[in-house]
Formats: sequence, structure tokens, C-alpha cells
Amino acid sequence: MSDRKSLPVLQAAGPDEGGAPLDPRRRAFLRTAAAGAAVAAASGCGVEGFLRQHLWELSPEDVKRLVAKIERDEERKFARKVRVGNEPPMPGVKFGYGLDLSRCIGCRRCVYACVTENNQSRTRPQIHWIRVLEMEKSRGVDLAHANHYYEADQVPREGHFYMPVQCQQCEHPPCVKVCPTQATWKEPDGIVVVDYDWCIGCRCCMSGCPYGARHFNWATPNLPPEELNPNQHLLGNRPRPKGVVEKCTFCIQRTRNGRYPACVEICPVGARKFGNLLDPQSEIRQVMETKRVFVFKEELATHPQFYYFYAT
Amino acid sequence: MIPVKPWISASGSLRANEGMKAGGGDVTNRSLGRAIVAIAAAAVLAEARAETAAKPAPAQGQKPHQLIQAEPPPFSEGIFPCSACHVEPGDRTRRELGFHEEIKLDHGPPENRWCLDCHDSVNRDVLHLTNGDPVPFTESYRLCGQCHGDKYRDWRAGVHGKRVGQWNGQKTYFLCVNCHNPHSPAFKPLKPEPRPARPEEMRQ
Repeated sequence: MSDRKSLPVLQAAGPDEGGAPLDPRRRAFLRTAAAGAAVAAASGCGVEGFLRQHLWELSPEDVKRLVAKIERDEERKFARKVRVGNEPPMPGVKFGYGLDLSRCIGCRRCVYACVTENNQSRTRPQIHWIRVLEMEKSRGVDLAHANHYYEADQVPREGHFYMPVQCQQCEHPPCVKVCPTQATWKEPDGIVVVDYDWCIGCRCCMSGCPYGARHFNWATPNLPPEELNPNQHLLGNRPRPKGVVEKCTFCIQRTRNGRYPACVEICPVGARKFGNLLDPQSEIRQVMETKRVFVFKEELATHPQFYYFYAT
Repeated sequence: MIPVKPWISASGSLRANEGMKAGGGDVTNRSLGRAIVAIAAAAVLAEARAETAAKPAPAQGQKPHQLIQAEPPPFSEGIFPCSACHVEPGDRTRRELGFHEEIKLDHGPPENRWCLDCHDSVNRDVLHLTNGDPVPFTESYRLCGQCHGDKYRDWRAGVHGKRVGQWNGQKTYFLCVNCHNPHSPAFKPLKPEPRPARPEEMRQ
């Protein structure tokens, strides 16, 4: 493909070059077809992915075919066996997440566990779904003085506390509201997902999100085949093409199969809690009933399903 | 209504608290009394059945949680059983030890702490509670919970500490000593993973 930014348009030979003038209707058709093919090729999802209907409108057989196609394409690209699941939300489940700020030491183990689990681009662009903010104890949660580029020999650093931020899976997600193509939506179990084939890369959702939780693939993701996580979900960690937005999905490929998210399991201090908000025995419910929890940027009325607390 | 809280039995498994009051109160009408007793008995039977046979799960997300205790951390090599060396009760007074130099006791005010606060001097292969009851090393959390009651309570509910496995099913919980060194329990600082790249670094 050429480097030009505008869409390529078929140049039919004009009358002075000896060719017969094209029928204007035929010319318009060729133009549209070429533009469509170019966009499909650029988006990396293939012509089928580009020309198909919205995921909600596909029949179960169509979805099965789509998933099989994605698996085939990936196996060709990465030369590895992969499994792309399409597990639906479980009935009676609403996911909630708790994070104990009194425990977090800012070691960033969660950041890299997430990158490995969810097949994020490693470098150029480097994409991290979790951002650990270092803040000063004397100021409290003050974003004007937060720093997520901190470097240290040892954490926690004197006088600081750490606040990891990722997608808050809002009850009223502004990112969903602003999406012009309905490529992102909230599932019944509370996970906000992105259909990478449907995303046009306009990045409206990124400016809509008050938590900086959405990330854009400015270039083709840089993912070494040997580091690919073959256990995937259609709306989760399957490798993304260039030019789409991605975000934390509470590890949909794990949690829809009953497992804890990767960040919960890696945390060396046990600061991360996860479970079903509708189940009185779940850890997250115990947190909400016995601790004082707060949500980040409550004043924006996004109603996050991600609760910070201070357990000590 | 207060939700049923997971409770730890002495055997170390977490179970739902099954405290239940049958009957109770003055019943003047005899037939009413009988009816209540019958209902209570039925309820107890139903409870018993539910205990043995798996209840049909109300929803996939609310399966009964099954808790599995993680392996306690291994002892230092060649140190257990303690009774291999400690055959006699020996000197029980506080002093500088000529052995176990690798253990730095940093657990609360040093002037008040001594090995035999937790280790049993009669049976060296177990720990003991403040009331003298022996506690095996695999159930050391009962000993920790005597002083750290708030953490113990949170830990039983899954709020303190870590659980891995399935959020709606089988999960492994860790013991206090899996994360905290009992002789010096404060969590040790860690080296953080590398910082994320700044946007300008990615552009080059």
C-alpha cells in the first residue's frame, strides 16, 4: 500500500487517452468498491470482517463462522494453535472489583501480568491497560500531583501511596455514549467491551473516558508469536489490528469461565478483590459491606463498578 | 438481613456458619406449637439434605464457594521436626541464643517477645495459643488471630490476603505465613517493574 493518506480512487482512462468514457454509475460503483476494499485492508480485519453486520445482528451460526475465521487467520499469522471463545455473560452475575489502597505498594506486577494475559502491544506502541499512579500521602488522591512514570529501587517510597487505575467498567459509561458506530457497549455482566472489527478508530471514546483507560493501536501491535496467549475471547484479548481502541475487560476470557482476572492472581500483597456483586459470599460483597469504599471521580456520575477502599 | 459469613472451623476448612435457632418463645396454642416444631424439623431436615446433596445452583455466579488451603511455606532445610534436637524442655528463659542465628525477631516490641510466646516448650513440633492449647504449624493463623483479630476477621471473609482460582467456585486461600515471615512480619519492599514508556519515547 502507498503512504498516501487519502483513500485511493480508481483512475479510469479518460476519453483523450483513447479509452471509452465510463458510465458515471459504473464509475461511482468502482470508486465505492475500491474505497471499501482499501479501508478493509487498512483496518486489518479482512473484507469479511469489514462487510459483515453488527455483532448483535449476527445469528449464532454467523458468530461461530466469524470466530472460526479469526482462529484460522491467527493460526496462520502466529503459527500457533489458538482458541477464540465467545462465552456469553453468566445469568445472575454482575462483576465488581475492589482495590485496597492501604495494601498496594506500586510494584507494577499487575501491569505486566495484564500485558502478557491480554496480548497487548509490547513496544511501539507500548500499551498498558493498568496505570499505577504514585501520589503523595500528604495530598491524598490529587491527580495534579500524581505520577505514573515513577522509578525507584524499592517501593513503596516514603510518604507515597499508589493507586492503580484501569477501566472502571462504569454503569453509565461515557465511552459507550460517544461511540458513533456502537462498536463498544456494556454487557449484562457489567463488562464494557469493544468489537475490534466494528471500531473505526475515531478515538471519541478515548476523549470521553475520564480515567484514561482506553488505548489506541497507532501501529500494528508488536506482539512476539511466542508470547501470544492462545486462550482468547472474541471481545477480549484476541490480537487487535492497527487503528482500533482497546481496554481492560476484567480478563473476559478468564472471568467468563469462572477464573479470577490475571491482575488479581499476580498481586503480591492481595490488594485486588474480584467477584460477583450479586453473590453475598463473594469477596467484593464482603468488602462493600464491611469497608468504606469510594469510586474514582464520583462527581462525574459514571458509577464505576471498580471500588477503592482502605482496609487497615 | 446479615449475610451468611464464611467461618473457619478448627479443622482449617472454611464453612458457612450454620448457627440456627429452632423453636423458641412461649407457644400457648398446642397445635400451633406442634406445627412450628414440624416446620422447624422440616427446615432442619432440608438443611441436612442440602448439606449432603448439592443444591441446584440458583445461578452460575452463586455456586457455593469451595475453599482450599494453600500449602504452608516449607521449613528451612533440616529444621523440622524440632523435637529431633529439642528432646528436653531445656532453658525457657529469655536469652541470646547460640543457635537459630538466622532468625531476627522483629515482631512487635522486642523486650516483650520471646520464642516460647508462640512455640511450645513441651511439644516442640507444635505452636500454642495463649491459653496453652497446642496448634499445628499448618493452622498457625489461629495463633496470629489472637492478637490480629481485625486482620483475622477480614482474612476469613476474603478481604485480607489473596485468593486464587475461581471467583465462583474452587479457590485457594493462603495462610498468614505464606506472605508474612512470622519472625519479622512486615511486608518487605519490592523492586518495581519498569515504568511505562513516555509518548515521546515511543515516537522515536
